[in-house]
Amino acid sequence: MDGNIELKNEKISLSVSSEILKSITDKFSNRIKIIYDIHNRSKIMVEPESLVETAIFLRDNFGFDHVESASGTDYPKEEKIEINYHLGTYSNSDLLPYVLVLSTKVDREDPKSNSLINILPSVELFERETYEMLGVYFIGHPRNERFLLPEDWADIPPLRKDFRSKGR
Amino acid sequence: MSNLEEKIDEAKKLSMQIVKETEADRLMTLSVGPQHPGSGHFRFVIKVDGDYIVNVDPDPGYVHRGHEKMCEYRNYFQNLPQLERPALHDSSNILYSYCLAVEDLVGINVPRRGQFIRAIASELDRLVYTQYWLAIYGIFLGHSTMFMWPAGDRELIIDLFERFSGHRVTHCFSIPGGVRNDFPYNFKEKCLTQVNYFEKRLKEYEHIFYNNPLFRQRTEGVGILPKEDAIKLGVTGSVLRASGVPYDIRKVEPYDIYDEIDFKVQHMKTCDSFARSYIPYLDMIESCHIIRQLLDKIPESGDVRVKLQGNMKGPPGESFKRVESGRGALGYHIVSDGASRPYRVKISTPSFRNLIALSYLLVGSKLGDMPSIYWSLNYWPIEADR
Amino acid sequence: MLKELLDPIPSNFNILVSKLGDMLVESLEEPLGYTINWGRVFSLWPVHLETSCCSVEFGGASSPRYDVERFGMLEAFGSLRQCDLIVVQGTVTRKMAPRLRMVYDQMPEPKYVIAMGACAITGGMYFDSYNVLPGCDGIVPVDVYVPGCPPRPETLIQGAFLLQEKIKRSKIK
Repeated sequence: MDGNIELKNEKISLSVSSEILKSITDKFSNRIKIIYDIHNRSKIMVEPESLVETAIFLRDNFGFDHVESASGTDYPKEEKIEINYHLGTYSNSDLLPYVLVLSTKVDREDPKSNSLINILPSVELFERETYEMLGVYFIGHPRNERFLLPEDWADIPPLRKDFRSKGR
Repeated sequence: MSNLEEKIDEAKKLSMQIVKETEADRLMTLSVGPQHPGSGHFRFVIKVDGDYIVNVDPDPGYVHRGHEKMCEYRNYFQNLPQLERPALHDSSNILYSYCLAVEDLVGINVPRRGQFIRAIASELDRLVYTQYWLAIYGIFLGHSTMFMWPAGDRELIIDLFERFSGHRVTHCFSIPGGVRNDFPYNFKEKCLTQVNYFEKRLKEYEHIFYNNPLFRQRTEGVGILPKEDAIKLGVTGSVLRASGVPYDIRKVEPYDIYDEIDFKVQHMKTCDSFARSYIPYLDMIESCHIIRQLLDKIPESGDVRVKLQGNMKGPPGESFKRVESGRGALGYHIVSDGASRPYRVKISTPSFRNLIALSYLLVGSKLGDMPSIYWSLNYWPIEADR
Repeated sequence: MLKELLDPIPSNFNILVSKLGDMLVESLEEPLGYTINWGRVFSLWPVHLETSCCSVEFGGASSPRYDVERFGMLEAFGSLRQCDLIVVQGTVTRKMAPRLRMVYDQMPEPKYVIAMGACAITGGMYFDSYNVLPGCDGIVPVDVYVPGCPPRPETLIQGAFLLQEKIKRSKIK
């Protein structure tokens, strides 16, 4: 890649993203933690209670109107399941290449989280798949049901780490 | 006499009671299932009121093979053949995104000639995929020439793939670090000849398919997806560009050497099924221009690959990279904890993201319009199920 | 054959008629069987059921370059009740398996099965997945196995030839 172009993109995106992060930390002060902030990607972690509030703030002020991907990761050692939403924008032309990862950690024994379906309608099928694959119940989602697995699935959710594939 | 009239009145009332039907009896449930000439490997259950569709419930999962779980038991290079299979005929693009994500995680730069070769393979695969999509569209609408011409013309491009990778559809050619081998001798001239002839053939498609009055009647004004709803539902690819949003990842967040290539982002404002089926055709013509520019600018010689160890350990961290494939934005989210196998791989495929538009578009339309709306969403069931 | 009819001389009229019937079946079996099998061989009609990713190469086999219709395997369209061949293309998942069996049961006799691709034979590279059956042998009886991942269209045509030879050698009832 050409060196000049890369630096220019990085400079623009870092300034824009640091502006976003600064305004988020100004509003939410201690309830949010910044994990990383590199070329066109940043990640913030919030408490499960303030997830909906942060999403509404991001949508109204910066134009994050859809989700590129949403899923969960299982961490059995910390006894938590991490849910992350990759937010993107189609309408705000300054932030087109930028993806902000909004994540939260829920308890592994009884995983429940608020659904973002009323704020960002595009998470509907992603949350349904996360319910099926990891067992996370989304409060407010109209259909927490089986989606891709066969109808007679009678085992634990497959993407958890204690589900071992046969023969491995 | 009055007795007879009374009896006639009673009989009329009774017959009216039998004929009156309840609201629930009017709806009929149809299962457009996996064995159907118009559905592919996918099932959806629709409720029909006469000729109008009232409710749609998609039921995917018939080809769910568990790719994300299997990725955790194989190391970064062993994952390549099995990650290729969801989008079998578009395999260069689905591997391109994986390679970009792994290289971002590990932190290496691919040599320049390798980047050009990867981009050429990706554009050729876009041509192959769109031809197959047009062919199946022909089967769904009952236009058998529309099956034969694209299916035959895509063999021209598959010949090129056989020359440099050895296999017709699943090449496993782009790997983390570059590409496997260099192009063979005399590939550039052969590629230019084939692509020029292919573009001449493409010009004839407009007469037979897109100016065909029957095709136009079946797709114009059908399945309208307005711009605000397209943005809210988060659709991607040609579905989004047909609703008036000129978003293409090769322009918005250029990866590899796409910032040096000059091309137009095709979009239309009519938002109907005809726009969704015309834009991939225009994209194919743009791809031919891109291939010619790439073949012009490719450096004459050089390394094509950074040699990485087979069971290399990925440093702890995560990465998320996207690529514009034949259907839309394909993204990989890789989480690594320092071992030689990834901790979690999440594939965000364009077919899964466009599935939400199916229930939105089919409700309220006629039953006969179902194939033309369903297939114009560029939905490939194996990729959505992974 | 006439000698068998008259020696020993049939004592009963019924025995004469049954011996005549056996003679008729024996003389007609070969040419009639050959004709019926010849008709079946060159009009194999596959069901439009796509099981998995090998369907791309199955569609490629009907393309103008590797035209398989000239050898007798027609294009898949139409209803299920008029088909006699089912090509299991690729991986059979646990969700698809009951539907595959239902489709096989609904086809009228005689019916044939081709298992196409490594995943349909033994499970292929998905042998350790939680949703994949190790081969379709357990559900439907297979006549011809076509290996490859995915098999080239020429391999599928060779598989169709093997099936045609098998049909030619079979006895009709």
